[in-house]
Amino acid sequence: METLENSLMADIAAASDEQAIEAVRVSALGKKGTVSELLKTLGAMSPDERQVKGPAINGLKNRIAEALGARKAELRDAAITTRLAAERVDVTLPVRQSPSERGRIHPISQVIDEIAAIFGDLGFAIAEGPDIETDYYNFTALNFPEGHPAREMHDTFFFQPDEKGERKVLRTHTSPVQIRTMETQKPPIRIVIPGKTYRQDSDATHSPMFHQVEGLVIDKSANVANMKWVLEEFCKAFFEVPQVKMRFRPSFFPFTEPSLEVDIQCDRSRPGEVRFGEGSDWMEILGCGMVHPNVLRHGGLDPDEYQGFAWGMGIDRIAMLKYGMPDLRAFFDADVRWLQHYGFRPLDMPTLFGGLSS
Amino acid sequence: MKLTLSWLKDHLETEASLEEIVERLTSIGLEVEHVDDKAALKPFVIAKVLTAEKHPDADKLRVLSVDTGDGKPIQVVCGAPNARAGLVGAFAAPGTYVPGIDVTLSVGKIRGVESHGMMCSERELMISDEHNGIIDLPGDAPVGTSFATWAKLDDPVIDINLTPNRPDATSIYGIARDLAAAGLGTLKNVAVAAVPGNDPCHVKVTIEAPELCPGFAVRLVKGVKNGPSPKWIQQRLIAIGLRPINALVDITNYVTFDRGRPLHVFDAAKVKGDLVVRRAKEGEKVLALDGREYELTPEMCVIADSDGVESIAGIMGGEHSGCDENTTDVLIESALWEPLNIARTGRELGIITDARYRFERGVDPEFMVPGIELATKMVLELCGGEASETEVVGYAGHAPKIVSFPHAEVKRLTGIEVPRAESLDILSRLGFRPKGDGDPVDVVVPSWRPDIDGKADLVEEVMRIHGVDRIAPQPLGSHDAVNGKILTTLQIRTRAAKRALAVRGMMEAVNWSFIPAKHAELFGGGQPELKLANPIAADMSDMRPSLLPGLLAAAQRNADRGIGDVALFEVSGTYEGDGPDKQRRVAAGVRRGTAKLDGSGRDWAGNAANVGVFDAKADAIAALEAVGAPVDRLQIETGAPGWYHPGRSGVIKLGPKVVLGHFGEFHPRTLEALDVSGPIAGFEVFIDAVPEPKARQTRTKPRLDLSAFQRVTRDFAFVVDKTVEAGALTRAALAADKKLVAGVSVFDIFEGASLGEGKKSIAIEVTIQPIEKTLTDEDFETLAGRIVENVKKQTGGVLRG
Repeated sequence: METLENSLMADIAAASDEQAIEAVRVSALGKKGTVSELLKTLGAMSPDERQVKGPAINGLKNRIAEALGARKAELRDAAITTRLAAERVDVTLPVRQSPSERGRIHPISQVIDEIAAIFGDLGFAIAEGPDIETDYYNFTALNFPEGHPAREMHDTFFFQPDEKGERKVLRTHTSPVQIRTMETQKPPIRIVIPGKTYRQDSDATHSPMFHQVEGLVIDKSANVANMKWVLEEFCKAFFEVPQVKMRFRPSFFPFTEPSLEVDIQCDRSRPGEVRFGEGSDWMEILGCGMVHPNVLRHGGLDPDEYQGFAWGMGIDRIAMLKYGMPDLRAFFDADVRWLQHYGFRPLDMPTLFGGLSS
Repeated sequence: MKLTLSWLKDHLETEASLEEIVERLTSIGLEVEHVDDKAALKPFVIAKVLTAEKHPDADKLRVLSVDTGDGKPIQVVCGAPNARAGLVGAFAAPGTYVPGIDVTLSVGKIRGVESHGMMCSERELMISDEHNGIIDLPGDAPVGTSFATWAKLDDPVIDINLTPNRPDATSIYGIARDLAAAGLGTLKNVAVAAVPGNDPCHVKVTIEAPELCPGFAVRLVKGVKNGPSPKWIQQRLIAIGLRPINALVDITNYVTFDRGRPLHVFDAAKVKGDLVVRRAKEGEKVLALDGREYELTPEMCVIADSDGVESIAGIMGGEHSGCDENTTDVLIESALWEPLNIARTGRELGIITDARYRFERGVDPEFMVPGIELATKMVLELCGGEASETEVVGYAGHAPKIVSFPHAEVKRLTGIEVPRAESLDILSRLGFRPKGDGDPVDVVVPSWRPDIDGKADLVEEVMRIHGVDRIAPQPLGSHDAVNGKILTTLQIRTRAAKRALAVRGMMEAVNWSFIPAKHAELFGGGQPELKLANPIAADMSDMRPSLLPGLLAAAQRNADRGIGDVALFEVSGTYEGDGPDKQRRVAAGVRRGTAKLDGSGRDWAGNAANVGVFDAKADAIAALEAVGAPVDRLQIETGAPGWYHPGRSGVIKLGPKVVLGHFGEFHPRTLEALDVSGPIAGFEVFIDAVPEPKARQTRTKPRLDLSAFQRVTRDFAFVVDKTVEAGALTRAALAADKKLVAGVSVFDIFEGASLGEGKKSIAIEVTIQPIEKTLTDEDFETLAGRIVENVKKQTGGVLRG
């Protein structure tokens, strides 16, 4: 029996893989295995003999089983180690960038979303209107007198006259939507109107197509003081600074009375960078005013009952100021290098709770 | 509008500093664009040349010893012909910036001799064009003091960016009135006294176009001597950017700025017969004072004599009858012109003058006669002569506007409480006349404020003078609720489509709404009502019928810059007509080169293939899915518009009628016409055509029923005619048992000779979801039979052996 145990133990130790160890197991503990055969001899023994041999054979069986298990585990570990070594790859190899990291949202779209987030919080809705407008909506209803320079070909894009001799225009501002809104909605009105606008102009800061956002508040009490508050709150939120200093200057627009232009204090001492809420420069940022009584009348409202204010500013311009793009023309060139640099990642959604920009 | 500080003080008694004046101007709506405080002239001091010796090595140079006032003579090398001992001139020390030569001086050696500064000419100081020699001052000019101060050249110049509604502020007097009203001093009373005439004006005036000329005053001054105007007038004119011509012309310019009253002077000897104010004849020509000939139309108003046009009314005089140093008899004109006509004429002729600037805004009609009196007084003073009486034609007088002004309007519109007395006082200081103590009060509008029409205008006057910055911001009333959804469905779809396409690795372009006519026509556009009458460039003439031509051109521009693998999209408007309902909202995209969803170009893990129709199809469906289209009900058909490759493009439909979009590779002829090359595919989906989802009563999602039975898959391969579409086959398989068949996908397409001519094999994987019980082998057999049967019936396909 001792010889058998030595021989089996040697076989176990010599087994080099899981198959070999299984063979040893079968040869020892299988149905006809050597140890199994020994166990079978117990039945024919006398009780006394069994008393002695029983524990010895069972002891042998247990020792062999244990050795088999241990060796088996050892071999499995070795096999895993070998496999892992064989499966090793060069993890420094690059992976492709996720499409959601490659894509870009144009700064104009992003800024429109930022504007929507801010004015949404102030209880405004977003309105829109068509790019191709009638003379009435673009000029007459907005109190532009006959002969106003904006009504001439050198400022405004016109279409060919129709059979009635009327020329449609590409809207020169988003203000026609003021009238369209008043025609369809009773006050109180609180809307902002982002959109494309067009003028006969082309240089580094003017483009024949550009984007404006218009704001309109009409109720029975909205006044200049409220307008100052709304615009200051907007500028703080948009430029993401705790304080802004703004200068409201009396000015002139046909569709507002009183009219004001607004400058914002800033620091332009660093080339290519504008900082708001500090510095000593003034930069013109928007025009605004109380809606002209004639405009209210054209919108079907009694100017002695209703009142309100409106403002307009360039989306491209405030985008340039906030994010530092130097040249307006590049906005419309679709150069992917520019889009990659100045564009926004698709999942960067401007919200007030998460900050407009990160 | 430019003015100098000293000129302003002719009309305004004030202790205010330049800084205060500038700040106040801006705050009352006269925006100061620029102030030249003449600091550049400060470093130049009056100096005396003590000795002037010939330069040892240069014939034309002299070596000067200059006394700059501190008793230590300085050596200066000078090339001016008039440099001589005893000359008193303007000296610039080293370190001084000399504007006329754009150089900051340093100590230098000129032909071996050190020079410690420079004696300057007028041109070097940019105070005139004079450069024949250095400045030569009277011998008693105080050496060592500021040249600019002594020569009165340090008068600061203020440049105001005037809004078009303020003709009254085109005069320095008017600006002074505003400042005085704003509490910055007292307006000086400078009433113009009439100058009596000796005899009637012998030149008569007839107004044949009274609709263009509501008044005309003329006066003859005989026996004038027209030379240069006095230095003080010249200096003021130069300071505001005008060139002195001669006394008569300078007087008209002076009054133009001083009082906002443009005038014209004719050399009476050159005027033949009487004057007539009339419309120009078609094609009539006039040589104007700027030396250019203008061709006129009957839309334009002229002043003519029996020889023809002598002046373009209100804009520019004619060369022929202009005044020069030989003029002895002068006709002074002070007239009124219809503003719109002046603006249009000026624009059409392309003439910008100080007269036009004022007449197109509206000149004070009540100053027409005082203006000619003032001019006559100046002519008599400066040029001598004898004045005739003033002849006034066609002026019916001014009926002042009266505005009813309820004082509460100030508070209602601005939010600030201004005491009534203060409001009325502000208006009075501006020249308005409130009548009586009532409320509302009738306010008489002064003749120089044609811009004032209603009570809102008066509120603006009170607000701007009282101070806009005194209005404290007040929060806009809260809407008293959590704000709800503020975007319309179309706005939400627009945002969603942009983000969905960007997430697919595409970059958002913003292209022009107008494209070349040829491009528009290629994509179904080019209608006459969508052509601009005045495009900014020939290739920006037509409103785009599609976003694709812009995107294709943009992709090619990037390729031309060496970046050929680009994926671009745009979500914006296209135009089917000029009505508001004809503007569509479209999402479109193109991929070029190998710009696939997973990436582009070569990669160790596998190179990206060229883009193709299926990339575009995937993008199109992703965009539609993002905007809420029922993607499971979309039908894909062939028959995309002609700009696509006919065999590699498709139409996306919802039901038989609603077209939601197209996708595909492009027709080679389209690409050729657009000058676009390379593998390129694109799509366009009409996000405004997706039906609005039904309003739901609840946000609760339908209950999720999970089957207790495991789903299984079975593969089938069918041999069909090559023309059979995979879509038809999968539909047939799905329809075989709508309950059990949960999905069908195509996993292989095979064509080969073994299948026979004109045949192909389509292999599908059918997902079967048992519902009530585990299916037996027999059940599967039956189902498979039904699938094979239905595919055969619908497509003629047979199970591949």
